[in-house]
Amino acid sequence: MLEVKNLSASVNGQPILDGLSLTVRTGEVAAIMGPNGSGKSTLSYIIAGKPDYEVTSGEILLDGEDLLALAPEARAAKGVFLAFQYPIEIPGVATMTFLKAALNAQRRARGEADLTTPDFRRAVRGAAQSLKIEEEMLRRPLNVGFSGGEKKRMEVLQMALLSPQLCVLDETDSGLDIDALRVVADGVNALRDPARSFVVITHYQRLLEHIQPDVVHVMARGRIVASGGPELALELERNGYRDYANANAAA
Amino acid sequence: MTAQRAPASNAAELVLAEQFRALPREVASPARAAAFRRFEEAGLPNRRVEAWHYTDLRAALAAPAATLGAPDAAAIAEARKRLAVLERLAATRLVLLDGYFIAALSDPPPAGVALAPTPPLAPPASDPVLALNVALAQGGLAATFATQTAAKAIEIVHLVSAEGAGAIYSRVALTLEANAQASVVERFVGAGAATQRQVSTWFDLAPGAQATHVALIEDAPALHVESQVVRLAERAAFDGFGLVAGGALARRQIFATLEGVRGRVGFSGLGLVDGLRQADTTLEVVHAAPHGQSREFFRHIVADEGTGVFQGKVIVKPGAQKTDGGMKSQAILLSPHATMDAKPELEIFADDVVCGHGATVGALDAQQLFYLRSRGLPEAEAEAMLLEAFAAEAIGRVADPALAEALLSATRVWLAARGQGRRM
Repeated sequence: MLEVKNLSASVNGQPILDGLSLTVRTGEVAAIMGPNGSGKSTLSYIIAGKPDYEVTSGEILLDGEDLLALAPEARAAKGVFLAFQYPIEIPGVATMTFLKAALNAQRRARGEADLTTPDFRRAVRGAAQSLKIEEEMLRRPLNVGFSGGEKKRMEVLQMALLSPQLCVLDETDSGLDIDALRVVADGVNALRDPARSFVVITHYQRLLEHIQPDVVHVMARGRIVASGGPELALELERNGYRDYANANAAA
Repeated sequence: MTAQRAPASNAAELVLAEQFRALPREVASPARAAAFRRFEEAGLPNRRVEAWHYTDLRAALAAPAATLGAPDAAAIAEARKRLAVLERLAATRLVLLDGYFIAALSDPPPAGVALAPTPPLAPPASDPVLALNVALAQGGLAATFATQTAAKAIEIVHLVSAEGAGAIYSRVALTLEANAQASVVERFVGAGAATQRQVSTWFDLAPGAQATHVALIEDAPALHVESQVVRLAERAAFDGFGLVAGGALARRQIFATLEGVRGRVGFSGLGLVDGLRQADTTLEVVHAAPHGQSREFFRHIVADEGTGVFQGKVIVKPGAQKTDGGMKSQAILLSPHATMDAKPELEIFADDVVCGHGATVGALDAQQLFYLRSRGLPEAEAEAMLLEAFAAEAIGRVADPALAEALLSATRVWLAARGQGRRM
């Protein structure tokens, strides 16, 4: 279970999150919707441990453990995974080399033995096939020269391989055409599991047609201002965020 | 290039003059004497000499060590043991011990290649340090690759004997006759903190000849000065790479001249600098004939209080039309006390040319680092992965996969040692 309690944070002295509280139960798929600039991406980065943010108050607990006290790699080993809105290109690092290093680093952190090369290859091949990722793509440097769709599929491939407990998807639908969106959403849906939670951050309702959320939260001005079922997303699609942005005080 | 005369001879120059006068009568020659006069006129270069602006050799060589003599039988026997465990990087191994060619430690040359133990004296050099090398080097090696010789791979191991406290001067002269091909690796092994090493390698490429050269500096001398002189006739091609992973002060200086039409040179390299070390690559490429092409690509990783230097000057002479030149220097600094001095320069005296240069200096990319850490890679491992990738792109200029792999593994050794040093 993820518990974000009264979280305030700023970047370069500029406050972004303002007393945000959020609970995502184990096995739950929670959507966070909100207008641009509401702090959605900031929340995802702070959960993953990006160094540029200053947390001024509050806490983030994963199954009762304080995430803010952990380095990004330690959070990853505990099962936190952020699917980036803009996956980073790493020239000179072969995708397979990276995948193996990441997988084994997490296993080592948990006191498990490294995966053998045949086991590793089998795992990658299986996950790659279901995401329509060609072998050729795995031989390229990580994310370099990948199309938008390829980058997002690569994020989901990593997610499938690393088998995290908490998946945070930051605007995974951005830059995807409808076919690519379907492949990515199918990949995410295949990972839904009673032991795994998802935080699906999106600006548009479109993604939620493919990844059905259990809960929808609305974020505005650095906090959660409304929560409800999937019907809330449809309402937002009809009426936009205007009501929430203006009626901030009501939250 | 005008080198300003330094102030009156200092103590170091007097020691060097004494060493020159002490040369055995049988090696003395007018050419040597001319070279030493050239050195004396300019003196040891300091920062006022443009080509030595970032490396003060006058300060670094304040106390020239006594020159090492030719190794004796015991030293050769000891060297044989060390060579036995040194992995080969080419089919044919030639060995210079303390700067002297030792046939007993070397393989016979491949067909089409003729060796001579003593190099012929070189023409007078403009650089004072190169002139000093010409004046003082007694040992060395000359190899001639006969016309039409197909690619021959040779490694020249510059080994320093166990007692290697002292100065080493040596010269290697490699001549490629028309259309000959050669692949040469020079490895510098065994030097310690009491070694002052000054070597020169001279490449002479006849029309259509093709040479690749890799220099690998892995040992840790107090001083490593390596001058490379490359002359290319028409349609000749030369690709050189240098890995500097050791040495308190390492200076590689390259002087290349494209004398014939349609010559091509590619110089690249990687400097791995930590502690208080300094690695300086200074390069001058002269396009003296039309339709020449030159490419330079150098990368440095500088940690701690290290200093990396890249100076590249491309000169396009009048009449060297259709010259195509491109030069790039990139560096990653890993500490606020690390320094990179990069000075790419173009001097163009022809009007129909395409030349460009660029230099970047930066830290490791924070976004990339976070991305890798967010996937579970510990910070040191993520850093090493990015640095290895940065290095690998420079090493990618080396076409031979086995050689590239050897360079990459030397890079990994350096990265691992740096990681351990930091954790201590």
